[in-house]
Amino acid sequence: MTNTPTLARGGGDTSAPRRRRGSRRPGRGSGLPPWALPYLLLVPGIVVIAGLLLYPMIQMFVMSFQKINLRVIRGVAEPEWVGLDNYTQLFGNDIFWSSLRNTLVFAAVTVSLTLALGTAVGVLLHRLGRGMSTFVIVGIMCAWAVPPVAQGTIWRWLFDAEAGIINWALNLLPDGLSTLLFGRADWTGEPWLNDAWSVYLVLVLTVVWASFPFVAVSVLAGLKGIPAELYEAARVDGSTAWRTFRKITFPLLKPVFAVLTILSIIWDFKVFSQLYVLLNGPTNRDAFNLSLFSFAEAFKAPPKMGTGAAIAVVLTVILLLVTAVYTRQMVKQEDLT
Amino acid sequence: MTPLARKRFTRIALNSAGVLVFLFAIFPVYWMVSTSFKANDQIFTTDFIPFPTHFTFEHVSQVLTEGVAGNSIWVYMRNSAVVALGTVLVGSLFALLAATAVARFRFKGRTSFLITLLVVQMIPCEALLIPLFLNVRRLGLYDQLLGLIVIQVGLTLPFGIWMLRTFVAAVPKSLEEAAWIDGASRFTTFWKVLFPLVAPGLVATSIFSFITAWNDLIFALVLMKDTAGYTMPVALQFFFGQRGTDWGAIMATSTLMTLPVIAFFLVVQRRMVSGLVAGAVKG
Repeated sequence: MTNTPTLARGGGDTSAPRRRRGSRRPGRGSGLPPWALPYLLLVPGIVVIAGLLLYPMIQMFVMSFQKINLRVIRGVAEPEWVGLDNYTQLFGNDIFWSSLRNTLVFAAVTVSLTLALGTAVGVLLHRLGRGMSTFVIVGIMCAWAVPPVAQGTIWRWLFDAEAGIINWALNLLPDGLSTLLFGRADWTGEPWLNDAWSVYLVLVLTVVWASFPFVAVSVLAGLKGIPAELYEAARVDGSTAWRTFRKITFPLLKPVFAVLTILSIIWDFKVFSQLYVLLNGPTNRDAFNLSLFSFAEAFKAPPKMGTGAAIAVVLTVILLLVTAVYTRQMVKQEDLT
Repeated sequence: MTPLARKRFTRIALNSAGVLVFLFAIFPVYWMVSTSFKANDQIFTTDFIPFPTHFTFEHVSQVLTEGVAGNSIWVYMRNSAVVALGTVLVGSLFALLAATAVARFRFKGRTSFLITLLVVQMIPCEALLIPLFLNVRRLGLYDQLLGLIVIQVGLTLPFGIWMLRTFVAAVPKSLEEAAWIDGASRFTTFWKVLFPLVAPGLVATSIFSFITAWNDLIFALVLMKDTAGYTMPVALQFFFGQRGTDWGAIMATSTLMTLPVIAFFLVVQRRMVSGLVAGAVKG
């Protein structure tokens, strides 16, 4: 914390602004017309975004119609144009369909759970006393701050077959109840990370655990902006808690929910690090999602970067379609002009 | 129930729910930290040992001296820090310039630029992995931390600009105009008036970029070949499968990797949130 601002300030000092002072004082009679200043300020940003995001996106699209093997990567051969081959092969591949299903189901479940739990906790934080609310916020901040890779290792350890705490806790349940609920009483050695479905169970838990705090704190920030009189009036009218939420909180916080939904969708569609750690690399093909599948196709020997790019194109198209509605809404809400 | 009893009951119920949420959030983090200070016989057991009774630095010192994949953890920490700080330095400068442009000026193409910013954030960065990998190879930046920095700047910049522009816009224009009338140059106005007022926003944006770069696994995984250039998230993968899984060492490393981020989060928590949802809750 201590050195970041200093360094950032140092960074701000070194190059561009000082150069601007030396060479051209815009609007002060030097050569530069005032209208050019904003464009000048935008140059580095535009170069970076165009060169590192937009151009690679076009490349990715082009590459999805090419065959790119090791010789091409080494630079000794030109990529071969194969038309729609990558896509037809992909659509005939079972792993693609299971990855697609995993991606979609996982995103749907995780986004809804995250938003539901996050909103509930946000409302709770709003109703708690000051001290208690700070206490809970500090707790959930810690979960939110854990890097995705560490999230993966932590939950992998919690669900470890031999010495994991989850299996210990499940063994604590009364045998009768455990049998009734799960059809078994002994959980010792249960290998949670072997089957695709239980991997995703752990993954959902991991991601919901790490992302509900952001939703909660954002909802809390939104709630603080709602005038207390509205709730006062609702209480006087004898409105139930659920009705108050539906009629006052939700409509007023709609913009916040729109942003939270779109961000959660973006994050959960392409979850990579946590799954990579839980699966111990691209090993269990049944448990792939589209990100991991694309990665495995492109970087596991033999590298098939064309196919990898085709998967990435599918992922991007789905994501853009899903978020298009929200993006339009956001563009409308923001007064961009 | 009398109204008073009812009120007390509600209070107790709410506070218990708060404690439950706190425990759910904190327990995995606590378990990571406590495992890294437990002796092996307390780790590999089917019993529940709530906290290390034989407190040991064995795992921490092991990862700091022996490390993994032939290097001490310090090497990986340093690499991660170099990438993250490099990203912050370059990224926040670029973001500040662009944010000032869009928040302070009305010019042709401004709306298209803002919409582009929004749309590029929808592109999954994992999807850009393949073309970026090939470009980095072609540019000769493969297996160099500089290549990672360049990519992280690209990935964090759109959001950085988006977040920072609300901070710039929040500074009243009249302050700058006052300085302007007093005869300050544009640069002095920027440096002496706008910059100090935007500094808190810059800190929040910087920390966001720092964390993104610090956390990245996928790009570091494919762009760094030599083990001496690995970052923490990549190095962590090498603990798995080395003669069984050494959970003490893994948790110690995870803790070392997580603590700086938690510290950052607790410091800028409020500003982070206001920046992230900025626009949606502005009023």
